[in-house]
Formats: sequence, C-alpha cells, structure tokens
Amino acid sequence: MSSFDLIVAGAGIIGAACAQSAAEAGLRVAVVEPGAIGGGATAAGMGHLVALDDVPAEFALARHSLRLWQAWAHQPEAEFQRCGTLWVADDEAGLELLRSKAARLSAAGMIAELLDTAALRDAEPALSHDVAGGLRVPTEAVVYPPRIAHAMLTRVTALGGALHHGRRVVSLDADGACLDDGTHLSGPVLVACGCDTPALLPELLMRPRRGHLVITDRYPGWLRHQVVETGYAASAHGDAAEAVACNVQPRPGGQLLVGSSREFGRAESAISPALLARMLRRCFRFMPGLARLKALRAWTGFRPTTPDGLPYIGALPSRHDVWVAAGHEGLGVTTALGTAQLFVDLFLGRAPRLDPAPYAPLRSVA
Amino acid sequence: MAEGCEVLVIGAGPAGLAAAATAAANGARVALLDAQPRAGGQVWRHDIAHGASRRARRALRRIAPVKRHFGMRVVAADPGARTLLAEDSLHAREFGWDRLVLAAGARELFLPFPGWTLPGVTGAGGLQALVKQGWPVAGRRVVVAGSGPLLLAAAASLRAHGARVLAIVEQAARDDVHAFARKLWHWPDKLAQAARLRMALAGVPIRYGAVVRRASGDSHLQTIDIDCDGRVETFECEYLAIGFGLVPDTGLARMLGCGLNDATHPAIRVDALQRTTVDGIHAAGECCGIGGMQTASIEGAIAGHAAAGNEAGARALLPSRDRARRFADALAHTFAPGPCVRMLADDTTIVCRCEDVTWGELRSFDDARAAKLATRCGMGPCQGRICGAALAELLGWSWHGHPRQPLFPARLSTLAFDSLATFP
Amino acid sequence: MSAILHLRIDGIAVEVPEGASVAAAVARATRSFRQSRHGMPRAPLCGMGVCFECRVAIDGEPHVLACMTAAREGMQVRTHG
Repeated sequence: MSSFDLIVAGAGIIGAACAQSAAEAGLRVAVVEPGAIGGGATAAGMGHLVALDDVPAEFALARHSLRLWQAWAHQPEAEFQRCGTLWVADDEAGLELLRSKAARLSAAGMIAELLDTAALRDAEPALSHDVAGGLRVPTEAVVYPPRIAHAMLTRVTALGGALHHGRRVVSLDADGACLDDGTHLSGPVLVACGCDTPALLPELLMRPRRGHLVITDRYPGWLRHQVVETGYAASAHGDAAEAVACNVQPRPGGQLLVGSSREFGRAESAISPALLARMLRRCFRFMPGLARLKALRAWTGFRPTTPDGLPYIGALPSRHDVWVAAGHEGLGVTTALGTAQLFVDLFLGRAPRLDPAPYAPLRSVA
Repeated sequence: MAEGCEVLVIGAGPAGLAAAATAAANGARVALLDAQPRAGGQVWRHDIAHGASRRARRALRRIAPVKRHFGMRVVAADPGARTLLAEDSLHAREFGWDRLVLAAGARELFLPFPGWTLPGVTGAGGLQALVKQGWPVAGRRVVVAGSGPLLLAAAASLRAHGARVLAIVEQAARDDVHAFARKLWHWPDKLAQAARLRMALAGVPIRYGAVVRRASGDSHLQTIDIDCDGRVETFECEYLAIGFGLVPDTGLARMLGCGLNDATHPAIRVDALQRTTVDGIHAAGECCGIGGMQTASIEGAIAGHAAAGNEAGARALLPSRDRARRFADALAHTFAPGPCVRMLADDTTIVCRCEDVTWGELRSFDDARAAKLATRCGMGPCQGRICGAALAELLGWSWHGHPRQPLFPARLSTLAFDSLATFP
Repeated sequence: MSAILHLRIDGIAVEVPEGASVAAAVARATRSFRQSRHGMPRAPLCGMGVCFECRVAIDGEPHVLACMTAAREGMQVRTHG
C-alpha cells in the first residue's frame, strides 16, 4: 500500500498542521520526516501567536489562524498561555506606530489597548521608565510548538495516516515522491520542508534567515506579557543583512525566551557572540533587569524567507499535482492553522476562506 | 578585550595544578582558572576542619608564579578567536591563549532509582565535598552505596567528620573485588592506601553484590531498602551517599571542537603528549578518561611541559603515566555498573530532576533529541549533565553533540560581554 | 580556631565556621533547598556545582549555587523549600 491521497514532505508545524487538516477531511495521508518531529524552525522559534498587521495579506492569514488556535487553548500539549502581546515604543516615531497599529487592529475587530507610561508600569513592572508607551493586545498567546506538531501527527496516525519517520523525500516524479531508502509513494505531494523546500522545488526562491534566541532559568512573575518593540515588524519585513529587535516572552513555567535577531547569508548554526551581545543589549534597553537573569541556553535557528516575505501556499502550476506550504519566515506557528485550512480548501477544490492570490507560488516563479 | 597569556589552564585539580606549575617552571606565562572559590579540584578540595593533605599543599605551593582566577566559571568559547568567556559573581571576563590546557575533571555518575530525589540522597563524592566545606554530619547515620573505591574514600572521610557510617553497599561481586585486591601488589602505593582505608573503616560492614532498591521518607530521607542476593535489608538513615563512578567533563572541549573517544561516557581524545585533535589545545586528567589523582598529576605535568614547548620533559614522564593508566583500567573493569543497577527506576521515578521528567515518559523515545523536544528532558539548568549521563548508561543515548552556549547557566549581561556593575 | 560567621536562612539565625559554604549554612536550618517543578523538595546532590539542586536566593539574587558560594557574614539566604 504505497498510494495515498496526499504525501506531506516535512513534519514541522506547517506540514503537521496540513497533514492533520487533510486527514480530518477524510484523506489518506502519508507524512515523511527525516529528523525529529517539529525539530526544525518549529523547535528553534519562540512559539508566539502574534499578528503582524502591516502587510495586509500576512495580517489576514494571521488573524484567521489566531481564531483557529482557540481550539488548542485547552489542550495540555499546546501549553497555551494567553499572556497577550505588549508592543512598546521608546521614541516619538514608535508612539506613532503604536497609534496606527491600534487603529488597524481595532478596525480588524481585535482588542488593542493603548497604555500611557503609568498604565505601562502597572502592566509590566520590568519595563524601563524610558519606555514611552505601549499597546496591549490581550488575546494573543504563546504555545509550545514541537509538542503540538507531535500531537498533530499522533492525530494523523490515529486517523489512519502513515508516518515515514527517519526518511527523506529525495525527488518528485510524475506520480509521487521517492524516499531515500528507495521507497516510492504514489499520490499528490505537499512540500512543507521550510528552508529545505528548494531542494525539491528549486524554482521557488527561499533564503534561510538566521535568528538567535536565549532561554533563562525560571523567574515566575518577572514578566507578564510577551514584550515586543515596535521596531520588530520593520526588522521582520525589512531586508537588512543583520538586524536585532527586542522580543521577550514569558513561558508558562516562569522561564523567559529572549530574542530576536535576523541575518541573511549565514548558514552555520554556531552562535555569533557579537550579534548575540547586540541583541541582548537591545533587550536590556527596554528591560534593564534582564541583565541580571541567568541564561540556560542560547541557540540559532533558520526562518524560511521568501523574497516578498509571504509564504508559498498552493499548487505549482508548472508541475503535476505538486503543492507547497512553506516560507512563513518568523510566523509559521502563528499562521500554521490558517495555512493548513487554506491548503486543504484549495486541494479539495472548496471555496477558500481567504483570498489565496497573495500566497500563490506562481508569483515568484513568474 | 581578552586578557592574554601563553598557557591558559582550565581546572585547578591535580591535573590543572600540575599543568600550570610545570608550564610556569618552563618559563611560560601561565594563567589558571577554576569555577570553585579555591584551588584543589574535588580530590584536594579544601577541608575546613582538617586542612589540606601534604600532597595538596605541595601542589598548591608550586603554582606561586601562576596568575590565578578562582570562582571564575567558563561559560562560552570562541575557538576561532582563541578566547574564553567566563564570569564570577559580578564580572564577565574574556581570556585569550596561545596554548590551552583543559583539566576540567569529572563528575559523578548517578543512576536513578525510586526515591533518589529525596533530600538526604547525595553523591558519594558529593557528600564528601559538602562535608569538607562544613556540611554538618556529626552523629548522623549514613549509608554509602554504589560502586568503586571512591565509596571507601568517601566513607572514611565522612567518618572522620563524625558521621556514623552504617554500611557500605557495593554492587560489584565479592569475588571480583577480592580478585582486584590481589592484583594491588602491582601498585604498592595503592596497596598502602587500601590498608589505610581499611583501618579507617574498621567495624563498618560492607555488602557486596548489593544495590539500593529504594529510598523512602516523607519530605527527606528516612529509610533505604537494599537488595543483597535477593534478601532485602532496611536501614534507617539521614543520608545515603551514592555513586557509580565518574564521567569525564567534556563540555568545553566539545565547544572548542576537540574530538572525543567512543566510550559510553566519552573522554577527550589525546595523543601521548596530551594533545587534543585541535591545534594548540591539550587536555589532562579525568576529562581524558577516569584515571585517578596519580594519573591526573602526571598527565597534567606532561601537558604543562608540552604546552610550554618542552617535549623532552613531557616524554620523560610517559612510562609513569602508562603505569598509572593501567591501574585505572583494572579499576574501571572491576567496578563498572552491572545490569542490576540499570533496572532500578520504575515508571514514576524522576530521571530529569530539573524538569521532573519520569522514566515512564522517556523510555518509549528512540533518541535524546526527540525526547528532549517532547518532554524537555535535559533542558534545565544542569543542561543534561545528570540525566544525560544516566540515559547514556541506561538507553545508550548520545548527548554529546555540539554543546549549546552557555556551557553553564550565565548571566545575560555576561553574554553581552558586560559586568553586572554596568547595570543599575 | 577560625572565625564564626552569622547568616540568616529563611529568617533563622545560623552560625558556620569561616570557609564553610552557603550550602553548609542552609543545612543547619532546613533539609529542603528548593522545590522541583512539580513541588517536590530537593537538596544538594552533587556538591560540586553540576546538579543545580542547591539553588537558593542570596541577598535577593535568585538561583545562586549554595555549594559553590562561600558563606559571608550577614548573608540573607532564602530557600524555596
């Protein structure tokens, strides 16, 4: 039995979510994953559920996904914690960004509360008194993505799906996928390999964008919200060779995840001590007390980044029954569920709940 | 800006002290770092009640010309730049080197069993270390258990501090231990040491082929059950000091790219002159394979000579090093943990103490990475040093990839190359 | 005879000889140094700065290794036992 309704290459959060949606829609699914389940960018990232609102298509996908994530709020393996996001600004330009962001989020029906300095100190005592203002988005949350990916695949196999763990898709042909052990699987293929996607689909442009993260020991109550500086969106959507932005997140056990950095052109996983230092100093500027806290680990990961920053979701018109869901940069967790729903809608020929045009793989092939 | 020196030695136990003193005697500018507040490592750890041994005092005198940095823990390394980043309770400092000697020593191997997380259950070397720095054991009932001659040394030391040692529980079989003892005449100094220990432990019963099945108590240790030839014996005690030998500390070596051997608990690979696979980096002592204090001192001296460019001096010590290593190999063979101690944990026994992950949660996984991602096993502040060694022993998992920075939990300010004093 | 140091462990006055570790001082006041993630009592295991079971707060600084820190006069130590 090597014929399937769908073969998913990659069991990161995107591949796992797509496989689960497909299996729940009644399809016979095979998932192929060479490494650990959720072991790539899914494990390396922060696990935030945060909408960036300044690119309309990305905002639409994130907003839709955030609604779908509510279904996971009470699942223990998600470790879902609704800490909310606190956007912070330390200058007049940042305050202006907060006001326009508040307007856009409200217009989209999301709760967004502007905080003055007094309210800010009350909401988040760890913040520096130099922070000029904040915007609280109370519904946003953090989750633990590798366990979610694991749970999604458990669901897929419970629905009769096949997991080819420890195997890699090495090539695609007219009828399916060839694995590195010589196995051939027949059926439509979804490539959801994140940064590795161009190995199977060289026509899709993708650059790995390296990031650094640090996790601390447990400091329960030290931070209440995920604190993100207004410059974060510019860092994520910009094209700088090297950028840092303060993004600090409380984990359910009291640990803190401290980020963020973005670099193009760096393939090695070893930490860059100088950039790590720059990233940390950026965070100390907003939360000086961080400097005293103890780091347990620092690491790097790679965000799959497309030329325009939007993911590829849909069929590859140049190929027969080959699909892609990849290239979510730093928002793969936030947008995984919306991506999965959009993919399955397109795959089954149902009316998609979002306009798929901005994510069409064709846009970069052309 | 990194502080420079010709030879930088990491670890101030017998190997590091010998390396630093020997390199300095060869005219090199030497710096010595250790995370502990005082020199001596584990075996020569300063005893506040009884002072230092003659041998330790002699070794400490010999490092007079060496620049010393104690209480300074190495947390990161930049092999390309040849710098290490270290911190003490206040400062972050970078150290550069021309030649580096790693003498990081070893830590105890712990194998999980029901109740081992109770306060009062410690390492055998661990309780000894605590007691030397004033931990009160006078009049307390202690059982010493596990495997190897470290148990005897620990028991003697605890007794000297007033503990009531109720028994020594050795998992090796009586016949194997006696066969090993008969070989001791090859190493007369060891024979004398064994005789001294025997005298110090007069009246303490030793159970051979015996293991601790369970430690019990409400909020701290009250009783232990030992299994001796299928017969269960219960002791009431305040402390159980338990150790199954030592595992080499290779974290910094791995961060620097030094090759390891393929043992269950890998050691740093070195050649005859204690050179690692990385140019300019030597290693000596327990981190190159458990060999005891004698081996460590000789290897430290070889590394010190070699690092200072005195190859002839290093080569002259090779025969004595080989002799000391042979003793260590015989020891390791006799006291290697047997299968019975690998089956002590039940499904509710904690394996990862930092994250409270149980044996039942772990044993179904295929490898360390999958288990870590799903359970956070090994992701706490000990960074897998305790559970990783246990799981290497129990499931053959490898935890020895490229270690993540920092090597030990470090202040965020240190990773930003700032001292704490910089911050309000 | 070495000097005697005075510390407070969770408010309890203890005395240790100079050169003693904070761990030795804490052991005079309580058996449990910290609570594990799931609330189990814990105390030093390794005695040499590896296991991190001896973490206490010293003079307001959390997560300090008691076994690696020399006791000093007037230290205020908080366990989370």
